[in-house]
Amino acid sequence: MGAQKKRAAAAAAAARVSEDPDDLARQPLQAILLADSFTTKFRPITLERPKVLLPLVNVPMINYTLAWLEAAGVAEVFVFCCAHSKQVIDYLENSEWFSQPNFTVKTIESHNIISAGDALRLIYEQNVIHGDFVLISGDTVSNMSLTQALQEHKERKKKDNNAVMTMIIKKSKPSPITRQSRLGTDELFMAIDPNTKQLLYYEDKADHSKGTICLDKMLLAENPSISLHNDKQDCYIDICSPEVLSLFTDNFDYQHLRRHFVKGLLLDDIMGYKIFTHEIHSSYAARIDNYRSYDIVSKDIIQRWTYPYVPDVKFCGNRATKLERRGMYRALEIEQSRSAQVGSFTVIGYGTKIGSNSKISDSVIGEGCTIGSNVLIEGSYIWDNVIIEDGCELRHVIVCDGVIMKAGAVLKPGVVLSFKVVIGERFVVPAYSKVSLLQQPTVHDSDEELEYADNSSGTVEFSSIQGTADQSNGEMTSESSEAHKPKLGTGGVGYIWSICEGGQEEEWRHSVAPIPEDKLTELSEAMDDDQELVTQDRTALSTSGELISDSNASEGDDNEDSKDDSVYFEKEVEATFLRAVEENVKVDHVILEVNSLRLSYNMTSADCAGAVFYSMMKLAIKTPHSSAIGLLTLYPSPFSMVASNAYPIYLSGELQQNTANIITTWQKLLKSYLLEIDEEIEIILKFEEMCLESAKEFSPLFARILHILYDKDILQEDAILRWADEKEGADESDKVFVRQSEKFIQWLREASEEED
Amino acid sequence: MPDTQALVMTFLTSLKNATARQTAELLRSVISQQRVPYTNQAGALIDAVKAVGEQLIAANPVELAVGNIVRRVLHIIREEDLSLTTAAIGELNLSAVSDDENDDDRDGNTTLSAAAVAAAARSTLRPPSLQTLLEDTPVSAAVPQTSSSGAADKSSRSRKLKHDVIEAVNELIQDIVTCHEQIAEQAVEHIHQNEVILTLGSSRTVSEFLFAAKEKKRSFRVFVAEGAPRYQGHLLAKELVARGLQTTLITDSAVFAMISRVNMVIVGAHAVMANGGVIAPVGMNLVALAAQKHAVPFVVLAGSHKLCPLYPHNPEVLLNELRSPSELLDFGEFSDCMDFGSGSGSPLLHVVNPAFDYVPPKLVSLFITDAGGHNPSYMYRLIADYYSADDLVVQRRAIAGN
Repeated sequence: MGAQKKRAAAAAAAARVSEDPDDLARQPLQAILLADSFTTKFRPITLERPKVLLPLVNVPMINYTLAWLEAAGVAEVFVFCCAHSKQVIDYLENSEWFSQPNFTVKTIESHNIISAGDALRLIYEQNVIHGDFVLISGDTVSNMSLTQALQEHKERKKKDNNAVMTMIIKKSKPSPITRQSRLGTDELFMAIDPNTKQLLYYEDKADHSKGTICLDKMLLAENPSISLHNDKQDCYIDICSPEVLSLFTDNFDYQHLRRHFVKGLLLDDIMGYKIFTHEIHSSYAARIDNYRSYDIVSKDIIQRWTYPYVPDVKFCGNRATKLERRGMYRALEIEQSRSAQVGSFTVIGYGTKIGSNSKISDSVIGEGCTIGSNVLIEGSYIWDNVIIEDGCELRHVIVCDGVIMKAGAVLKPGVVLSFKVVIGERFVVPAYSKVSLLQQPTVHDSDEELEYADNSSGTVEFSSIQGTADQSNGEMTSESSEAHKPKLGTGGVGYIWSICEGGQEEEWRHSVAPIPEDKLTELSEAMDDDQELVTQDRTALSTSGELISDSNASEGDDNEDSKDDSVYFEKEVEATFLRAVEENVKVDHVILEVNSLRLSYNMTSADCAGAVFYSMMKLAIKTPHSSAIGLLTLYPSPFSMVASNAYPIYLSGELQQNTANIITTWQKLLKSYLLEIDEEIEIILKFEEMCLESAKEFSPLFARILHILYDKDILQEDAILRWADEKEGADESDKVFVRQSEKFIQWLREASEEED
Repeated sequence: MPDTQALVMTFLTSLKNATARQTAELLRSVISQQRVPYTNQAGALIDAVKAVGEQLIAANPVELAVGNIVRRVLHIIREEDLSLTTAAIGELNLSAVSDDENDDDRDGNTTLSAAAVAAAARSTLRPPSLQTLLEDTPVSAAVPQTSSSGAADKSSRSRKLKHDVIEAVNELIQDIVTCHEQIAEQAVEHIHQNEVILTLGSSRTVSEFLFAAKEKKRSFRVFVAEGAPRYQGHLLAKELVARGLQTTLITDSAVFAMISRVNMVIVGAHAVMANGGVIAPVGMNLVALAAQKHAVPFVVLAGSHKLCPLYPHNPEVLLNELRSPSELLDFGEFSDCMDFGSGSGSPLLHVVNPAFDYVPPKLVSLFITDAGGHNPSYMYRLIADYYSADDLVVQRRAIAGN
């Protein structure tokens, strides 16, 4: 399709619009409701029942959408049915939607449609849409008011004929760890012009591994200001001008509403069609895209964010339900044992029986269910007429209509049981598995484009299998057990679907179960690593901008910081000291420099004393070392062997002399940190540590150097005596040096006694 | 009656903003379109009204006024039937002789006479209400009128009943429409010169009441508590200022601080229960307690259609309406607090936004209805005047059974 053709079509569309603009304004508002998601995310359930008829808090999803459309002032809705169209039409015909006075629902049926794009092309051919319309899929829950968005859309349309669509968005922060929204969809990046609210960029398949997105530089060049969001949620509610339908017809390769149509429009600068956004603040809108959003939206409904579309308000012939304390919704005629514990945020449907000692929390139970005793149900969605026998455990699962769970069966988190499955006694269904009476269709493709085709084949398959499924279940097993051994325990009926290749590790992202702890820690660790890489790489940081939070990056190092600091401090002091020795810096200046280091590293004066002493002793070793090497070469090999392994004993006299010299020269520096007796003890301890580890050369000289330090008035006798006392109770290995200087200490003690 | 059904459907869809008047008007059209059989006309009418009423009540149980009106209309039908049958008893023999037009009539006669006897028995069994005691004369005056119509044949009698009922319902509608004015007429008796009045939120009855006092040249000041989270007090303050009243707007939480300067608290109500308890916008209990603490009179204005014959059991929950948390906080800002995808999957943040408060009768000093001022302990008596005990029970079962 060339640009020429597009332009011609657009011109035709424009002409049609401009013919009678006033007439358009008076048009009653129309809506297209796609009663098919054209994806396979809800399989295996959607093989037997269309997604829009799945109960969401005990009300089929499509009712939420229709009730909202009616309340929002839409006069005419075209429900487009594809997969299981008969079920959808039958349902609508029997519902009250067909008898509403100011609200008409018409169904459009087609079987060979495989995408939203095809559906819109078909609707265009039928020529039923005459003005602006709301495009929505039948799995959207909202309570927003359309008035403002619609008015904005119309005003923009008047000024600029190319403003064909207004997309409804809502603020919702994505999880920084999993890089997905709270609805379980991928993190969405949008670039919006903050002044005009024009949508400039839309990316829901960003490369999360790098944490970066790429923007066309023309985008930045052409627009004076851009705001880039990752905290907006696409509500999948669009207000469209009639041109949208013709655009779909012109571009027959547009299939997906977002991936093809929106992105196509954003990239195509020939026609200059524009998409705008409208953000809603106080009202609610969300689309159920996968099992996680099913869970999240259910909980939002129970928490009443969708008010008035909540279980205890009648909006579409739902059964009377009463809201009790702590968010408990109960329908009528519930038989509940006295000992059963029904926790908060739980919905229990009409005529359900609950046995003794059963615990139910954060769950939705459908109508006519029978729950035995000692059953544990947590965060689960149980649809109608389910039988759960005694002692079963269900955590974060979806259980469809007519399922039977025999006594003691356990469902691990994330399990989905499709219609009429039977789980055998004490059978444990592994986490994230999907169980259906229907066999898993063999997958020919892993290509996402063919998801659509896949879905329609599912319908055909369904109709062919339904015959058998409707027969007695026992017959089913006997037939199937030949090919497939019953995997669901004794008396179990159904097949556990194998998870498609590559999908296994991603399964937890979209399941009803909350993300397991270990996955979260794993992810956050991986993210920390990424961020370290990114922070090192300056350019990467600048491109990803605010998406990387600095606080997270530094958090990991926190524990090691204090340890590192003292090491760095010691090194710095040593470097300062050596420089002072080399350059003959005055002692006062060295004190000043060391003080500034002390402040910057937040150290005590004891640390300073230790560090200064450490560097002095290092210097003392260095000087004799040079001569030691010279000496070593002179001596015959057996000595050198000794020398390399152990300390050079033969040099002790020279080392002692060196040390004495250095101490004399720098005693003023050292003394300036020896304010109290504690610091002096610190020096002795430091010296001891050095003798044991870094400078073993000193160990034989320990007592003598101690004596030198005493002579030079660096150490007072109190300090030495206290050190000796402290060491009294220590291990034998720690006492080496106390022993060595025993005589000296003895002498000190006697001297002090004499003085007394 | 497909037409009525359509009407009911429209009504149900618009029930969000339904008022007592609309309910009464709807029921009037139900009655007027109902075909009345020869026999047991009142029963047929009652059944028809009940069927519609059940639907209405079930559609929004929290809107108690709808249920009240349904019961009032039922009561009206019973009253009218009673007044006709008391008249009929006198001429029972006469009509039994004159009616031999077709075979069915004999059956009709027996049932009619049975119904009449039962009704007469009921009327004697019925506890004498204050109103019937006082207004005995007009009823007896009405009886000769009906009997003076002489040998009324059945069709005219049935038309008569329907006509009377519709007339009475019209009166009821008129009462509802004028209740604000009737309450406001009493304003000068209660609001005195240089007083300080406190009110919470906004109520049409209260604003009319205050305007009426202002028009009678009373000078007083009004403190308006804003009524979070819907802040209808802001609107009221605007209206009061437009009428030239000295107004002070305060937050709900400042009520206790200001109450010592207040001479009288005047508030509106969502419903008045049979025990004299009041269901009122949230925050009202706080105001009532503050008023009690400082011995400030707490006056509730309510039209008689807000008198509900039910007793409040568990009023904080069952008679309440929990609204969307979005009135309190922005979903986007708090979306990370409601990430159920991690942790145990159960939400840690729960936002509760009740629409109503229950004020127990002991905190209410005075009710002002269109029939005058009453004590909370007198409410059950007033209710006995407006509702018949049969409807009370039936409707309750209807609520429970639906």
